[in-house]
Amino acid sequence: MNPRLRWRKFVSNFMLTLTGVCAVVTVSVLFFILGYLVFHGGTSISWNFFTKLPAPVGETGGGMANAILGSAKLLLLASLLGVPIGFFGAIYLAEFSGSTMAFVVRYAADLLNGVPSIVIGIFAYGLVVLPFKHFSTLAGGFALGLMMIPITLRSTEEFLRAVPDALREGAMALGASKWKTIATIIVPAAYRGILTAILLAFARVAGETAPLLFTAFGNRFWSPGWNQPTASLPVMIFTYAIAPYEDWHRQAWAAGLVLLGLILVINIVARAILSRGIAVPRA
Amino acid sequence: MHASVRPAVSVNIPPTVTSAATRETPSALTMRMTISKVNFYYGSKQTLFDISMGIATSKITALIGPSGCGKSTLLRTLNRMYETVRGARLEGEILLDGQNILAQDVTSLRRRVGMVFQRPNPFPKSIFDNVAYGLKINNSKAPIADSVEKSLRHAALWDEVKDHLHKSAYELSGGQQQRLCIARALAVEPEVLLLDEPCSALDPISTAKIEELLVRLKDLCTIVTVTHNMQQAARISDFTAFLLIGQLIEFSPTPQLFTKPGDPRTEAYITGRFG
Repeated sequence: MNPRLRWRKFVSNFMLTLTGVCAVVTVSVLFFILGYLVFHGGTSISWNFFTKLPAPVGETGGGMANAILGSAKLLLLASLLGVPIGFFGAIYLAEFSGSTMAFVVRYAADLLNGVPSIVIGIFAYGLVVLPFKHFSTLAGGFALGLMMIPITLRSTEEFLRAVPDALREGAMALGASKWKTIATIIVPAAYRGILTAILLAFARVAGETAPLLFTAFGNRFWSPGWNQPTASLPVMIFTYAIAPYEDWHRQAWAAGLVLLGLILVINIVARAILSRGIAVPRA
Repeated sequence: MHASVRPAVSVNIPPTVTSAATRETPSALTMRMTISKVNFYYGSKQTLFDISMGIATSKITALIGPSGCGKSTLLRTLNRMYETVRGARLEGEILLDGQNILAQDVTSLRRRVGMVFQRPNPFPKSIFDNVAYGLKINNSKAPIADSVEKSLRHAALWDEVKDHLHKSAYELSGGQQQRLCIARALAVEPEVLLLDEPCSALDPISTAKIEELLVRLKDLCTIVTVTHNMQQAARISDFTAFLLIGQLIEFSPTPQLFTKPGDPRTEAYITGRFG
């Protein structure tokens, strides 16, 4: 074998190994995080964790039921705000707008996506917390909802645009109006992608802490209604992790595990739903 | 349904055609559609020039010509599909059963003038739902299952798909998909069916099936087809229009256009000297 060929084979093998290792690292990071959370927090997960309020300092036990419910309420509000605006905005962008308008909106959405979450938090603080004079679930949901808009909008638009024009023409040639075409052909053809996009946005804001610090704030008790400060899993993790108590640290790990577990479950269920129905084959 | 009865020559002979042969056209034909003095523009670019012709009821009219001659554009004026393109503009008059299509509601026009495209474009739905789509969006009172079966039979697809109507339309072969698209268009019972090079993406056997099918469909509706394939036009059509750079060069009964073309350019094209 001449030296040049030997060198080429070496480079080839080296690069193959490198790319393989990177692929393995990507997968293993997820499992490493999961394992680490289970290792540290697994012991603190019990029925109580899901049903009890946090125990007062010094007492062991207690749970984070209020934070789990709080996170659920915050995410519900965020989705109610972010998903429709992002979704309908994307329909306008993909199906109706001219190129200048689309460019402006897309650019703005990308900028909004890049706004640091703490800044979103301040904005929500100024807009919702100050006028009402107290922290609330509403304010937290508003902040998270703002963050969901650009993610939902941009990816939904991409998936709508990926629907072949042949399908639009096919529907319109049968006498379908533009709106009928969108509602009965385009959105159904793109719904897998759209749902994935919404889930990604959901998972992304589910773990956001900064915008909640001064909007939803936190609460060691139940937060009835929408108008009071509420606990949430990410803020609980933050508070418990920096506290000086060993027991709280374990509970913070457990909360992290629960948060990750919830997102994984939602993802898996959604993918199971997505695998049904008829997909447009790739050209 | 008061289609004007008039001598074909009065509407379908453009000024450029002076062939003696065209006078042999049957003197009285019912015209389903009449195109008069149509000019068409994409933005400032004119792509059709002063086109006048008639589409005879229950006949197959073929539009032939080299790429870019405007035959697809002309086809797309007949159901106003050109309107989906920004900056497209039409001048002139197109009548369907004596009424100007430009003054009608576009969705009801497209129910009467169906269209099949170059590439099969079934919806991501089941075979049944594809055919039923047009009926459903138009709130048809007809029993849907019966209409679907009837349309699939007309499209010569029923026997191949009757046992798996609820499978994805994408599981069909290309030729079957195209026949499904024809069935889908037939389901709303159009008066006119437009086909834009319906066989260009298909193999010869599928093409033969579709050609046979079109000839049989004549009784059901008036057919206008664009084709790249002159043999196909010769085989199936009753009338042929030859277009060249946006102009209608010749429009005659098919046997005549292919055996005694009235214009030297038509002759040059059909004998393969260009195109």
